[in-house]
Amino acid sequence: MSLTANNIRVSYGKREALRGVSLTALPGEVTAIVGPNGSGKSTLLGAITASLPFHGRVGLNGRDIGTLKPWDLAAQRAVLPQASRLAFPFTVVEVVRLGLQSGTAGDRPEVPMQALARVGLAHYANRTFQELSGGEAQRVMLARVLAQVWAPVEHGEPRWLLLDEPVSSLDIGHQLQVMEILRDFARAGGGVVAVMHDLNLTALSADRVAVLAEGQRLAFGAPGEVLTDDILSRAYGCALRVSAPPPETIPYILPHAASAQKEPACV
Amino acid sequence: MTEIDAVPRDRLSHARTWHWILAGALALACIASLQVGATDVALSTMLAKLAKGEALSQMERVVLFDIRLPRLVMGVLVGAALAVSGAAMQGLFRNPLADPGIVGVGAGAGLGAILAIVLGALLPVWMIDLTGNQLVPFAAFLGGWGSTLLLYRVSTRHGRTSVATMLLAGIALGALAGALSGILVYIADDRQLRDLTFWGLGSLAGASWAKVLSAGPLILLSISAALMLGRGLNGLALGEATAAHIGIDVQRMKSIAILAVAGATGAAVAVSGGIGFIGIVVPHLLRLASGPDHRTLLLNSALLGAILLILADVIARVVIAPAELPIGIVTAVLGAPVFLWILLKRRGLVEL
Ligand SMILES: Nc1ncnc2c1ncn2[C@@H]1O[C@H](COP(=O)(O)OP(=O)(O)O)[C@@H](O)[C@H]1O
Ligand SMILES: [Mg+2]
Repeated sequence: MSLTANNIRVSYGKREALRGVSLTALPGEVTAIVGPNGSGKSTLLGAITASLPFHGRVGLNGRDIGTLKPWDLAAQRAVLPQASRLAFPFTVVEVVRLGLQSGTAGDRPEVPMQALARVGLAHYANRTFQELSGGEAQRVMLARVLAQVWAPVEHGEPRWLLLDEPVSSLDIGHQLQVMEILRDFARAGGGVVAVMHDLNLTALSADRVAVLAEGQRLAFGAPGEVLTDDILSRAYGCALRVSAPPPETIPYILPHAASAQKEPACV
Repeated sequence: MTEIDAVPRDRLSHARTWHWILAGALALACIASLQVGATDVALSTMLAKLAKGEALSQMERVVLFDIRLPRLVMGVLVGAALAVSGAAMQGLFRNPLADPGIVGVGAGAGLGAILAIVLGALLPVWMIDLTGNQLVPFAAFLGGWGSTLLLYRVSTRHGRTSVATMLLAGIALGALAGALSGILVYIADDRQLRDLTFWGLGSLAGASWAKVLSAGPLILLSISAALMLGRGLNGLALGEATAAHIGIDVQRMKSIAILAVAGATGAAVAVSGGIGFIGIVVPHLLRLASGPDHRTLLLNSALLGAILLILADVIARVVIAPAELPIGIVTAVLGAPVFLWILLKRRGLVEL
């Protein structure tokens, strides 16, 4: 029971965006994919979610995703894209319901409101989606994805959240809140794979980290092993130092301090 | 902050009650349509006669059964077809401005119909026998299908539709189909020219049971296919990739949508010429009234489309009686302002 990507290669025309990347994500863990812009993070997630043609093999709970029908995949994993546009004036709760089919939580009418409550937007249920701010829209989409795989484990098999930059347009409080939701999902036995932008949040919330650079995997392991001066400097192409406070009196704000309190996130 | 106190509004069951309201309104519109006409034969007098056990006069029977009834049935079929293909196409292109008439699919279907009228006699005999009275609607369907496929290819990249490209491609497609139709008009003989002229007026005036039988099956088939697309089109509102992620077989759904749009538009255009704006006004009004959920929008569109077309036909028959206006003029006068109003209210759409 795991999510495995084996030697994934993807080309856009002649350009190779991924040159043989492998990854294993385990249920019960949050697996983060980090790397500089254009390093292939979204492309790797695209392959794992069967959204684009690729060479290599992706296995989900022991089955090749190439052999599964869209509705079978949808019952096992939900996908949050990096950006979402919605064509018609659906309300927030209608958007959350869109992902439901019988087999997922389609037969449980209370799930959408619970999912909205989980991201702190239950009182927005009847708002039109297009009126929301970027961060609110992102949280509604997260609620939609959560509702689709509401039970982290079903029929003894883990279900998966596959997310592309789930916190990119959120403020620090909501970033922490969302990471906590993902941690809870993993703690309950589900699997989470998230493309991450913020290295501090990654260090704080991920169990394993894959570092991509130029379409290749530079490192893969626990945050403590992977987030090092050497690896990050090579990946991002600039001299980076891990866990070094700034020398002067410039203030710095780390999410670590916030989540050290018992009540996580500033809700 | 996270307690569930808000009660989610249930627009879906609201939209389902609209099924019944609209069905009732359609029945009333049908009665009105049978009642009104160029002769003073009125439905009420005929019904009174029937109730008293008196026989209808020859004239009354002809007016009712051979003129008004086929015209009514054709109006219902064509109105439903135009509105449903509008709603399905808007869902497919993720845009409330996509309408078969506006983006050239109607013109493509028209080209198919003209080809069949002018060149149909050149087909091998077995093909003429095979298609029978279905030849013109079938050719219109093929023309509509080709244009929808082409339009989708041109305006959609990576599962996202560019509205500007769609509208511009529609103009080009319409112009091309118009030019080719013009060439065909030159080589048509006199009898064909008369057929073409009547056809091009965009009217229900030539309605007959033969036409109802020729277009009806394709229209009913296409509408039934479109009615099954509700969940798929809802998912598509999130984009093709996300639609697939929530379990929709996107390729299959798109193919069915394109076939249904082409079938409904093609058959409607084949029997009634180009009747505009029903496909854009009806779904838009319904989205305002009960939300954009395609599971109810498609059926409600069929009902309201039929109602509006029948009423437009009644107007067309009475305003300059005993002559009548082409119905296309009535729908344009009523529909074009609504189209402009949508543009005005939602300018942002065009930048997508
Ligand atoms: N649809 C596309 N067509 C062509 N090139 C693309 C496409 N999508 C991504 N790329 C290229 O592939 C590389 C990896 O992109 P992506 O996976 O989106 O990077 P990121 O790590 O920032 O998510 C980039 O160089 C990008 O320019
Ligand atoms: Mg990306």
